[in-house]
Amino acid sequence: MLSITGIKKGIVIDHIPSGYAMVIFDYLNLEEAKYSVALIMNVCSNKMGKKDIIKIENDVNIDLSILGIISTDITINIIDKEKIIKKYNPEIPMIINNVIKCKNPRCVTSVENNIFNKFNLINEEKKEYSCEYCEDIIVVDKL
Amino acid sequence: MLKGRSIICPDDLSIEEIDDLFLLANDIIINKESYKESCNGYILATLFFESSTRTRLSFEAAMHKLGGDVVGFSDFNSSSVAKGESITDTVRTVECYSDLIVLRHPKEGAPILASNVLDIPLINAGDGAHYHPTQTLTDLYTIYNYKKKIDNLVIGICGDLKFGRTVHSLIKVLCKYKNISFVFISPDKLRLPDYIIKVLDKEGIKYIETDNLDNMKDLDVLYMTRVQKERFFNEEDYIKLKDKFIINNEVLKSAKEDLIIMHPLPRNNEISSEVDLDKRAVYFKQAKYGLYIRMALILKLLGIK
Repeated sequence: MLSITGIKKGIVIDHIPSGYAMVIFDYLNLEEAKYSVALIMNVCSNKMGKKDIIKIENDVNIDLSILGIISTDITINIIDKEKIIKKYNPEIPMIINNVIKCKNPRCVTSVENNIFNKFNLINEEKKEYSCEYCEDIIVVDKL
Repeated sequence: MLKGRSIICPDDLSIEEIDDLFLLANDIIINKESYKESCNGYILATLFFESSTRTRLSFEAAMHKLGGDVVGFSDFNSSSVAKGESITDTVRTVECYSDLIVLRHPKEGAPILASNVLDIPLINAGDGAHYHPTQTLTDLYTIYNYKKKIDNLVIGICGDLKFGRTVHSLIKVLCKYKNISFVFISPDKLRLPDYIIKVLDKEGIKYIETDNLDNMKDLDVLYMTRVQKERFFNEEDYIKLKDKFIINNEVLKSAKEDLIIMHPLPRNNEISSEVDLDKRAVYFKQAKYGLYIRMALILKLLGIK
C-alpha cells in the first residue's frame, strides 16, 4: 500500500478524474514550485473508481479557477496547521485567460505575436466560450 | 456622449446615440456649408490593411468635407507591417500623428486589439468577416430615410450570410428595434454563423432561413450581398455559389411597391443592371448616405458636435 503523508500547510486537490493530474500539474506549472508537490495517480475511490490527487505544500496562493473546466466535482482543500480550513469545488470559470488559443484561422490571434488570449463564458451548461477578439465559439471541456 | 469612444462593433452604439447621429447627418445634408471648417486642425488616419474603395474614400471625403486632413495607407505592402511590425505597434505610432484612426484589417478582432492600446478613438472599418459598424450606420440611415422608421419591418437579407460582415453587423443592431422580422436567403453553405443565430434566438426575433426567393412579396427591405471571393480558401466552392441568387425585374414583379433594394456594394451579378432603373433600387443613394453618417460620426467622436 502506497502511503503519502499529510501536509501541515498547503493545498490538496482531490477527486481529480483519473489521468488529469498531469494535465493540471503542467497547467499550474508545478514543476517550478518552490515547495514539495505530490502527484498521486490512480488512487482507488469509492465514488469515482479511480482518481488522482495533487498535494502542494506551503503555497496556498495559486489561481485554481481553471480546474472547473476539467470537473466541478474536484475538491480543493486548503490546509493550515494540518487542518482543513476551507473546502470547495471549482466553478466553471467566467473567463479563461491565456490558457487556450483561438482555432479560427481568420482571428487576429493567429497573426499577432504575444497576444493575450481571452475567452468569455457564454453558455455554462454547454461549456461554450467565445473568443474576446473574433467571438468564435468553442466548447472547452478539457484543457 | 460619444467623444473619445472607439466604435468596434454595432453594439457600441445605443439606439439613442444612433438617433443622434441621424439627426446630425440630417443637419449636415441641409446645412453643408456650416460644417466645412468643423474639423480644421484635426487629422484622421486611415489604416487599410485590406483593399477598399468606398469605405476608405467615404471616410477620407467625409474628413475633407469637414475641413480636416487625412493621413494613412491603403496598400498593405507600403506599410511597416510588411516589415513584420505588429498591429499594436503600428497603431501606437500612428496615434502620435492623428486624432482619430479608421482601421480595416482582414483578421477578425484586430480593431479590439488595436483600441486596447490607444488613447484616441478608433473606428472599425471592417475586420475580416466580422463587423463593419459604419456600413451598419449607413444601412440604418438609408432605411430611416426611406421608411421614416426602423420598426415593424420585414427585412430580407440575401446572398453570403456566412462571411458577409455587413450582414452580421446589421442584424445585431436591427435586433434592438421593435418588431423586426427577417427572411434569410442563402445557399446552405453560406448560412448565418451560429453566433448570430444565438443572438436572434436570445432576443426572440422572428426569422426564417430559406434557399429561394419565394418570399419576395412580404419584404419591406431587400438587402443583397455579394458572394466574396476573397473569403474562400477554395475557388471551386466560390464558383458554385457566386450566382446562386440574382435579382432582376422578373423576380421583383411580386415585390411590394414600396420595397427598397439595398446593397453595400461593390456588386457582381447578384443585382441585374436592369434593376438600377427601378425606383425601388436605392443602393447608390445608400453610398451617399454613408458619407453623411460618417461625417456625423467623426464630429461626435472628436467631440466637436
